[in-house]
Amino acid sequence: MSATYLRFELLRTLRNRRFLFLSLGFPLVFYLLVAGSARGVRDLGDSGLSAPLYYMVGLVSFGAMSAMLSSGARIAAERQAGWHRQVRITPLPPRAYLRAKVLTGYLMALLTMAVLFAAGAAMGVSLPAGRWLEMTGLILVGLVPFAALGILVGHLVSVEAIGPAMGGGIALLAFLGGTWFPIPDHGLLHVVGQLLPSYWLVQAGHVALGGAAWGRQGWLTVGIWSIVLARLAMLAFRRDTARV
Amino acid sequence: MSGIRLNGLAKTYRSPEGPVHAVRGVDVSIAAGETVALLGPNGAGKSTTIDMVLGLARPDAGEVSVFGRSPDDAVAAGAVGAMLQTGELIRDLDVRELVAMVASLYPAPLDVDETLALCGIEGIAGRRTQKLSGGQTQRVRFAIALVSDPELLVLDEPTVAMDVEGRRAFWETMRAFAARGKTVLFATHYLEEADAYADRVVLMAHGRIVADGPPTEIKALVGSRTIRATLPGASLDALAALPGVTSAERRGAAIALVCSDSDAAIRALLTVHPDAADIEIAGAGLEQAFVQLTGEAAGEVLA
Repeated sequence: MSATYLRFELLRTLRNRRFLFLSLGFPLVFYLLVAGSARGVRDLGDSGLSAPLYYMVGLVSFGAMSAMLSSGARIAAERQAGWHRQVRITPLPPRAYLRAKVLTGYLMALLTMAVLFAAGAAMGVSLPAGRWLEMTGLILVGLVPFAALGILVGHLVSVEAIGPAMGGGIALLAFLGGTWFPIPDHGLLHVVGQLLPSYWLVQAGHVALGGAAWGRQGWLTVGIWSIVLARLAMLAFRRDTARV
Repeated sequence: MSGIRLNGLAKTYRSPEGPVHAVRGVDVSIAAGETVALLGPNGAGKSTTIDMVLGLARPDAGEVSVFGRSPDDAVAAGAVGAMLQTGELIRDLDVRELVAMVASLYPAPLDVDETLALCGIEGIAGRRTQKLSGGQTQRVRFAIALVSDPELLVLDEPTVAMDVEGRRAFWETMRAFAARGKTVLFATHYLEEADAYADRVVLMAHGRIVADGPPTEIKALVGSRTIRATLPGASLDALAALPGVTSAERRGAAIALVCSDSDAAIRALLTVHPDAADIEIAGAGLEQAFVQLTGEAAGEVLA
């Protein structure tokens, strides 16, 4: 019974063109500007990596994270419209409601990634299939905490405040996670960065750059964040839809 | 037959101005198949009562039973359809898709196209929900409430954004639905709507039930009019005995006659006292009727 519900949820998301263009367009334009201007750079900052590859990987992490968190904005808008009360008086179980939100977030993230992969390929990026698969798989796992975070924020923050909250939050997470510049391998930034799920999302992308996969610390950090944020998201959801 | 039972319901909300006693002891029993209007001015506690019937609000005291089940269980079983007082539609679906999306959540929904036709919105089935007028949105919300084919249909001030023609069509659809043996509970602050479309009217004020009975009874209670005139020297007892007059009062040279039938009363008054001057006839309106019934101003209690 919730398959139809899910289908319409996905359809709605794809139909919101302004939302779609912004969420897919921003990372793409950014990529084309940055990587396009450095297209000929084969060895970016002595890393041995080409500019189009390096930036593609960075923006894939960033774009997927933003796309996943965009479910928070949709939830906040639905709450504003009072739709959550209408849903409450249907037999739709909370689990099915949340699953639809998570899957919608993943759909947006996958679309963003696909657009950036295509743009990268157009700029001459080519990766061995195995490495590409490993990176994509790790990013999908690394997105789990952000799926929960989107739901948490959507049920916590009003529609007026969610723009600044998301903008600021994403910028901070991206910055401390090493999206915009490599995190040094020692010092405070390194310590703080490694504690964040965004750091491991960026690291997942770096698999494509020949970096190591997550290792124990990565899996542990992503796992803990996933559990904690999913718990908090559930609490926020319950509180938001609780009978008063 | 177990219908809807509200036993000793009470609900207090916190507000910056202190606690608001929205509902203060409500007992109602609605038989299955009955159409009941919850009539009262704004702030009477109608919406709060409805929220508790739907399980959207938890009573501080008392309990609700919907066909022998808790509101949550009745909702989970798909037995309840409701049109809430406020709420917009979600965007980026057309009307048919939105109704189909809601229908998919219920065990035995009505046919979607049939529902659209029933609500008179088959003509806008392909239109996106964000491009509807206020009246069209209300009808789509009605379709959302109906498509589940609920045993209990709850409507909280459903005709607010509708024009006269829309209201008439709306109530006709509601009646056709009720005629299939369904139970309907609707809130309104229009006496005419309660009178015309309910089997029974429950009158609420200040969070309490002040009257409960057939529409004719309630109409006589709150539908009174008052005739005022300047008429020195007339006997109050004689005035009160005029046809259509319920009671008579005097303030100096002015008299006030509360009437159950003001048409008969004014004819009789002018026959007996052709010298009556400065005549005014005013409908009591719900607010004033409640003041008479309860001795308090309805505005004293907040929503």
